[in-house]
Amino acid sequence: MIPQSFEYETPSTLQDAIGLLEKYGEDAKILSGGHSLIPMMKLRFASPEYIIDINNIPGLDYIKEEAGLVKLGALVREADVEHSDLLKTHFPIFADVAKQIADPQVRNRATVAGNLAHGDAANDQPAVMLALRASVVITGSAGARIVPIDEFFFGFYTTAIQPNEILTEIQIPVPPSGTGSAYHKLERKVGDYATAGVGVQLTLDGKGICTAIGIGLTNVNPVPLRAERSEAALLGKPINEATIAEAAKYAAEDCNPSTDLRGSDEYKRAMVAVLLKRMIIKATERALA
Amino acid sequence: MNKEISLTVNGEAHTVSVEPRLLLVHLIRENLNLTGTHIGCDTSSCGACTILMDGKSVKSCTILAVQANGHSLETIEGVSAEGQLNPLQNGFKQNHGLHCGFCTPGMIMRATELLASNPNPTEEEIRWGISGNLCRCTGYNNIVKAILHASATMQGLEPASTEPQFV
Repeated sequence: MIPQSFEYETPSTLQDAIGLLEKYGEDAKILSGGHSLIPMMKLRFASPEYIIDINNIPGLDYIKEEAGLVKLGALVREADVEHSDLLKTHFPIFADVAKQIADPQVRNRATVAGNLAHGDAANDQPAVMLALRASVVITGSAGARIVPIDEFFFGFYTTAIQPNEILTEIQIPVPPSGTGSAYHKLERKVGDYATAGVGVQLTLDGKGICTAIGIGLTNVNPVPLRAERSEAALLGKPINEATIAEAAKYAAEDCNPSTDLRGSDEYKRAMVAVLLKRMIIKATERALA
Repeated sequence: MNKEISLTVNGEAHTVSVEPRLLLVHLIRENLNLTGTHIGCDTSSCGACTILMDGKSVKSCTILAVQANGHSLETIEGVSAEGQLNPLQNGFKQNHGLHCGFCTPGMIMRATELLASNPNPTEEEIRWGISGNLCRCTGYNNIVKAILHASATMQGLEPASTEPQFV
């Protein structure tokens, strides 16, 4: 399979890349890891006239902690996340998710920011970022703006990024001590999209009361879904069998999966409930560890 | 419009003019005539097209040739000195890890990075490590043994017996 012809640009600065986007508008696509875009181009689902490859822009591959935030640049690869000590310290969820995204070769190329910018509810990082209450920095010719993850996903393949903008950074608040996080997806085989996936981050106080909670769901809704009623069922309460069961019930009710090759609507809702229970327990264990 | 790119493949410098839409695997196989790198699924699932790009294993069916500009590639043709099998090749030979052989170049390129980053992997780490490479003969047990064999050899240890184990 061979993509349709296109013009290829390799800007060496972010300003140049944005300038090219200004020039070409919706006819251009940003290429970072390329492991969503190139397959779509090969299948002719996407036929951009201009490809703007940002891989040669230096200084976009950082993972750093600054002012209470962990910041990931646009070119951080999934493999970088898998092996980052800084992320391991604060966010055990990344060790969970990175291992479940595609396979080692794909993770060597694919970027975390691209996983978000693609705007696909089947991707795993969106649910993780919902759980972590992240924000993204979107940069255009007028400068940068910070968009909370809850205002980022608009619809299938549609996000808050405008045609003349680039997602340049992900910002994740460093959680207080007593926080744990976990992610799991049910998949038929390595590299498959999730039948259902659940990411959880929660914080417990000294008495075991949940003082902060984030829950994101993968591939069970047209857009990545925050399980709001499930969060409310846990916030301010102890984590016990009853509160976990209530949270799981709400998530199964509030998601909106499609029946497809991976399972029926009913099955996927049941799996959301099972996975949410397990991830709350795992995140709680990690919070207490 | 064609782009002129310069890259190093198995230590040899090349400058070629390519269409931007040319896939890296096609450059390797058709322009450079290095046909050891295979095209299996063509959808970044099977790993038969795995090569090393600056030491990292990647699927060359899902990278544009123009993206290799300025980079250093290694393919299966570059892993051994003339006439000498390297430890991974020898491990595959000793453990009957080849079967039909189609997936083998990708398996070896992937295992090259795996052993470079983790010289003494457990069986589980090897199985996760080659999770992006499919063997249609389902010969994974012998492939895992082959990689363990190479790992031992490269550390100067005695590899496990290659005799079949009957249970």
